[in-house]
Amino acid sequence: MAIEGKIVKVSGPLVIAEGMKQADMFDVVRVGKDRLIGEIIEMHGDRASIQVYEETAGLGRGDTVVSTGAPLSVELGPGLLTNIYDGIQRPLEAMKIKAGANITRGIDEPALDREKLWHFEAALGFGDKVEPGDVYGTVQETDVIQHKILVPPKTRGTIVELRSGDYKVTDRIGKIKYEDGTIDDIMLMQKWPVRVARPYSKKLPPNDPLITGQRIVDTLFPIAKGGTACIPGPFGSGKTVLQHQLAKWSDAEIVVYIGCGERGNEMTDVLLEFPELIDPKTGSSMMKRTVLIANTSDMPVAAREASIYTGITIAEYYRDMGYSVAVIADSTSRWAEALREMSGRLEEMPGEEGYPAYLTSRLAQFYERAGKVVCLGKEGRMGALSAVGAVSPQGGDISEPVSQATLRIVKVFWGLDSALAYKRHFPAVNWLNSYSLYQNRLAPWFSEHVSGDWNKKVAHCMQVLQKESELDEIVKLVGVDALSSDDRLTLEVARSVREDYLQQNSFDETDSYTQLDKQSALLDLIFLFEDKAREVVAKGADIEAVSDLPVREKIGRAKSIDYKSYKKEYSAIADEIVKALDALAVNAEI
Amino acid sequence: MIREYRTIEEVAGPLMLVRQVEGVKYDELGEIELDNGEVRRCRVLEVNGRNVLVQLFDSAAGLNLSSSKVRFSGHGVELPVSPNMLGRVFNGMGEPIDDGVKLIPEKSVNINGTPINPAARYYPSEFIQTGISTIDGLNTLVRGQKLPIFSGSGLPHANLAAQIARQAKVRGTDEKFAVVFAAVGITFEEADFFISDFKKTGAIDRTVLFINLASDSAIERIATPRMALTAAEYLAFEQDMHVLVIITDITNYAEALREVSAARKEVPGRRGYPGYLYTDLATMYERAGRKQGSNGSITMIPILTMPEDDKTHPIPDLTGYITEGQIILSRDLYRKGCLPPVDVLPSLSRLKDKGIGPGKTREDHAGVMNQLFSSYARGKDAKELMVVLGEAALTPIDRLYAKFADEFEARYINQGFYENRTVEETMDLGWELLSILPKSEMKRIKPEFIEKYWPGN
Repeated sequence: MAIEGKIVKVSGPLVIAEGMKQADMFDVVRVGKDRLIGEIIEMHGDRASIQVYEETAGLGRGDTVVSTGAPLSVELGPGLLTNIYDGIQRPLEAMKIKAGANITRGIDEPALDREKLWHFEAALGFGDKVEPGDVYGTVQETDVIQHKILVPPKTRGTIVELRSGDYKVTDRIGKIKYEDGTIDDIMLMQKWPVRVARPYSKKLPPNDPLITGQRIVDTLFPIAKGGTACIPGPFGSGKTVLQHQLAKWSDAEIVVYIGCGERGNEMTDVLLEFPELIDPKTGSSMMKRTVLIANTSDMPVAAREASIYTGITIAEYYRDMGYSVAVIADSTSRWAEALREMSGRLEEMPGEEGYPAYLTSRLAQFYERAGKVVCLGKEGRMGALSAVGAVSPQGGDISEPVSQATLRIVKVFWGLDSALAYKRHFPAVNWLNSYSLYQNRLAPWFSEHVSGDWNKKVAHCMQVLQKESELDEIVKLVGVDALSSDDRLTLEVARSVREDYLQQNSFDETDSYTQLDKQSALLDLIFLFEDKAREVVAKGADIEAVSDLPVREKIGRAKSIDYKSYKKEYSAIADEIVKALDALAVNAEI
Repeated sequence: MIREYRTIEEVAGPLMLVRQVEGVKYDELGEIELDNGEVRRCRVLEVNGRNVLVQLFDSAAGLNLSSSKVRFSGHGVELPVSPNMLGRVFNGMGEPIDDGVKLIPEKSVNINGTPINPAARYYPSEFIQTGISTIDGLNTLVRGQKLPIFSGSGLPHANLAAQIARQAKVRGTDEKFAVVFAAVGITFEEADFFISDFKKTGAIDRTVLFINLASDSAIERIATPRMALTAAEYLAFEQDMHVLVIITDITNYAEALREVSAARKEVPGRRGYPGYLYTDLATMYERAGRKQGSNGSITMIPILTMPEDDKTHPIPDLTGYITEGQIILSRDLYRKGCLPPVDVLPSLSRLKDKGIGPGKTREDHAGVMNQLFSSYARGKDAKELMVVLGEAALTPIDRLYAKFADEFEARYINQGFYENRTVEETMDLGWELLSILPKSEMKRIKPEFIEKYWPGN
């Protein structure tokens, strides 16, 4: 019989019910006559503290609470891709049809469409022995993604029956005989509790990059497939645009985008824009590889806490199929605030700035679910889960607890800077304080796959920018005239690196994504100009004349040259650089 | 049956504890009847066993623990709505305070609203021409956007908001338009400024006013913006109107929230504001937008005064994280006499990219906008350097940038509160100012547009 209790206290999203002694910690419960969804987060004797994932107005003493006897779980199976879910995996499109444009309470809608038929192609058959992670067969989920139906963790046995055919997610596709002799149905769908990481057989150090097509990311601060990164920045510095860019262009096979406590219109934007965008690798729509989790800031705060786990569990499921998955969470600060709110209501002793003391460990648990792994199963598939989280520090000051806790865990830091954003230098990643701890690990990959001198160029790039910041100090004190021609040239080159290379317009069709070889060629152009200019300045050419060369405007526009024709056009620009500077050298000698 | 309780246990600040109640629900609206027959309103904040903690909307003065009676209404705080609300004035709790006829409500709506399903939103993309260059040209407003004005005490934010309300229009359309104005704890004079401006332009007939003045109950302020938004939602999504909501001043709202939070002895977040300030503000701001199944829209312009002009103060900070950009006013520009003193560089409209361009404003808009931003930023840097080292220390090109920055402030930003520029005028002015600089500096603009629009070409 279901465990049923009575409410004794209601305080915002926190409800306390008595008569719950038989319930388990973290069981999902239904609260009140609207059957609101909640989760037990504390037990004191027969009193359970429940965080409710929906608005609690109208609840009172004596209302019933019924336990479902299961922890908060997600449904995993074909139909996840292209879908948009709320924080506890309710499908928003289906809810719209059922309840209208606003989210009312107590809507019950299964995450996976129960009616849709999927064509299942069996890979195994009668008598095959299976262990966790083995592939029963496949379903073509979208044009680009083949969904592998996996043997769930902890399941071992022999297949009694398995047939190809068209099935609904809850239909029986076959039967399995467990090792203890019991026989059970096999379905396309399985469930997994969100707060438990899905198992894998071995974790590996990540050593190939997640290519994003964003120049400052790929060149200066690359992230590995299976790596973790954070994007802290004040409001208006372009966190969301950068995250959208990563979701659009990174070469992960599956993207899970979690909008956690952010703006409703941003999710709508993703929802409307992604189906229109064409993935350059597959030639198909971006949406075909994307799962969206939207818990906007006006939705109940407790579901926001769950949304991060819902997202990463779905990501792990695709990782287990052997895909490279990217989880993009915007923003983890809102998630931390949800923790803080619940902690306050539970009257826990606060840590820094009112955040609970377990903030760091919860964040660490989340990011540790990323990684490159050998999946379960006899095949030994490799999968990777990369996690990128935005952080919204108050006032842009990253000394606050969420930023600091995040920085201790993640390996890549893309620090956004409001001063750059004011100048409309986007992406506003500050090159002086950002870092990537994957740089050394990824260096061999870049020199092998992009160009032999890639790492030298990257190092030079950083040197120039570093030098510029030193020279800027001097210029502020004594003016630019006090610098030597050589130093003034360094300033010009640094400006070129900033404006012609690092600046990237995400709203421009060509500039939005830059292939690695084009990135390399563009750097070559800028440094060709530098080398040649140093030569002629040494010979006595006037630095003003060098800075004013018309060919520099062409370098400035080189980034928006189409990928198809860039090689030809770049070599024309290179010729022109050499010619123009040689001409100056000749003039100087006369 | 409605029961009456005479079991008020304690009253402290805006909070009151009532014991031995039966069947009272969280967030329910209650009424307290005093000895002398006066009725005050309250709301349930917490149900704990048979005790309820309620928040008083009015002051507790004169409230007697033993003789005052409490009744609970069985529903949350509601606003009666009807199409006849237009042209009327209400207090902060949604009761009419003008001398007009009695309103016959169509229905009563809970003021908390429900979240809009993100899958059911339309992305805002219709350009609103405000006639103000710094907004139209650089921080474009679109229908369904929430764009706050970050101001400071003594700055003319009211004039700017009134100018937007006066001039805003979507070109080429003639749709039903309304203004909902919520005064949250502002002075009589400021409220009067808006009201007389609305009267002068005749806008008052399509305006709904909710007035909570500085002298009114502070706790009532928690309800006032939600009253206004409920009225706006009704007009927009059920009457298909395009509603502009102006709420001033959010800082007073947040302070009222802090007062209640402190009285409840909650663990504070930054500067004593409750940890849920972000969520609380979001449940108001997110009510702006457009949604499927309705032709109307809510465009929101909340105004807040930044304490000490500090943008990192929790109120502007959290607001900026929720709203789709911000218009920041600058004291420096105001001193220089630039009106409206919009601080262009830190101001931002996140939705501008989908609201500008061919068919909406003009094809060259995006390029010119970026070029103006980066040129003005460089010009300001150059001017800073000039202050330290003198003009001679600048390179010739930086001298031009400094000149550009001066002209930009004097002509583009400074247009006064009564000039209404079309977007074409704004664009042409932008080109005229850019032509102070050499053509080769126009790296942000596509060559074909330079060819087409460069003055003198």
